Amino acid sequence: MPETRLLLKHAEDPALRTLTGYKSHGGYATLEKAYKEMEADEVLKELEDSGLRGRGGAGFSMGKKASFLPRGEMDKYLCCNADESEPGAFKDRELMQRNPHQLIEGIAIAALAAGAGHAFIFIRGEYDSQADVLDAAVAEAYEAGYLGENILGTHRDLELVVHRGAGAYICGEETALLDALEGKRGNPRLKPPFPAVQGLYGGPTLINNVETLSNVPGIVANGAEWFRGFGTEQSPGTKVVSVSGCVRRPGNYEVELGVPTRELIEDLAGGPLEGHKVKAFYPGGSSSPVLTAEEGLDLPYSFEAMAEAGSMLGSGSIIVADDSVSIPHMALRTARFYHHESCGKCTPCREGTNWTVKMLERVVHGEATPMDLDIVASVQDNIIGHCLCVLGDSMAMPVASMVRKYRDEFEAAIAAAQNEAVAA
Amino acid sequence: MSELPIDVALTEGRVPERAPEEVPELHEVGCPDELRQRIEELMSRYPDRKSASIPALWAVQRLYGWCTPEGIRQAAAVMRVTPAYLESVASFYDLLHTEPVGTHQVAVCTNISCWMRGGDELLDAFRAAAADDESLFVTGFECLGACDIAPMASIDERYYGPLEAAEAAVAVGQLKAGEDVLPEKALEKRPLAGDADA
Repeated sequence: MPETRLLLKHAEDPALRTLTGYKSHGGYATLEKAYKEMEADEVLKELEDSGLRGRGGAGFSMGKKASFLPRGEMDKYLCCNADESEPGAFKDRELMQRNPHQLIEGIAIAALAAGAGHAFIFIRGEYDSQADVLDAAVAEAYEAGYLGENILGTHRDLELVVHRGAGAYICGEETALLDALEGKRGNPRLKPPFPAVQGLYGGPTLINNVETLSNVPGIVANGAEWFRGFGTEQSPGTKVVSVSGCVRRPGNYEVELGVPTRELIEDLAGGPLEGHKVKAFYPGGSSSPVLTAEEGLDLPYSFEAMAEAGSMLGSGSIIVADDSVSIPHMALRTARFYHHESCGKCTPCREGTNWTVKMLERVVHGEATPMDLDIVASVQDNIIGHCLCVLGDSMAMPVASMVRKYRDEFEAAIAAAQNEAVAA
Repeated sequence: MSELPIDVALTEGRVPERAPEEVPELHEVGCPDELRQRIEELMSRYPDRKSASIPALWAVQRLYGWCTPEGIRQAAAVMRVTPAYLESVASFYDLLHTEPVGTHQVAVCTNISCWMRGGDELLDAFRAAAADDESLFVTGFECLGACDIAPMASIDERYYGPLEAAEAAVAVGQLKAGEDVLPEKALEKRPLAGDADA
């Protein structure tokens, strides 16, 4: 199956990350068109009509989100969420590394639509090399007059700052990101008010993922209809899918939404290693409920199909487990991550992630009783929906799915340990 | 009227003897000009100067190797915030170190995709190779966003992978000798996955 490269078009060209290289492929022509010839509402309408859904995880309509910002003269902000930290996700890294100007152009056009005069790229601190690439690209864009005051003589202004985080998964949660950007510990805020109404520095704020914003120049250049020509009715466009785990060719593959999941895993990513077969996979990063090979391989890879199967497309990151992987161990790895990253603000998440790790450790170390599995499941039920943000849910959903779908493996681990104890 | 019970927090020393430190004065902290200028430049980028707290702590860490108490006081004096405020920020984030960490940092990913492909073994190998050298700070890390090159490590803030456990000793040797680390395994040199065979 071939890829459909819109965002990764020309990405093999190392010159693309320079202004000259990007312009040689037609870059910044759309910014010029939007700033010189279009009204903010026209741009916004194009984005809404395109049906572009957020690529950061929630899949909410980008145009609709932008339309929630109040109109009128006031300080409004745009934040690009580049805090990609979800286990399994590495697409934004590729997009920023290879095509930083596409993102900057997208930010500038989205800021025009939202009426934002100040924009920030919040990039995770571990992506030091990518932040350097962005710093250089932003400097070039300022120099060329695509950012700053009076952009291309249109009396429109935009300041863009690359802000490096310092290592905290929670900062990818949009309100925690705002706190971190305001110089605080990254704790999520109570919603409502939503950031579109009251966000950064108390002003209306649009927060979008790197890949979402990278789609903006293409949509505004070619129109919403063109964009809808890719993907499915409910999931228009292409998606850069990160495939990793037990596959021969892990990496980022850009495909139209709705392609068969099997082709992504077995064809593009080369399928499982010699002598193994796919057992299960996370379809949308480590926070998505796992699907068994039987359930998931033949589904179309789209927001709606994954939701219908009881999981989610999330950030579009597939982690494949083959038949050599122990599901109880995988559940423990997953839970440990969220335990480490829980910010500690809400009790169900802080305590729930901690106890889930302890109970799963008992399972894999052979100290658990069958009753423990029911307790694990009930702890997950008590986390979901009970916190300010979804970090706890992001552990609870996949762990609960593994206990439910692979209960025999968990029980076998417990039984084996008990038999050993009796024999000894 | 009966006496009020004595608060054990007072008798057991859980209440600080002094009030928390206020915003230090710039002339008291001996802040190097270079650091002061850098933090002032960072503050000017934001509508609110407090937004510069993480970048300012990065600047402190780049200068001193970690967020030293003196460095935090210097940044606090420049930013006109309390040292405790900056400490609360520094202690929240994994990449800001509030204790010394050596001159070279190796973070080995042990999350799901790397674990499936030998991340734990790689971490053990790095720990063994760096065991006798305090200038090397080796740590296991949660997902670094490079599952395509699993198992991988971030060495002095650059990504390398996929790594064999045996390459840990090679990398450590190169770090000690001041050479380029595993140049053929640098992430930046990799083609897109779909172009790899071409």
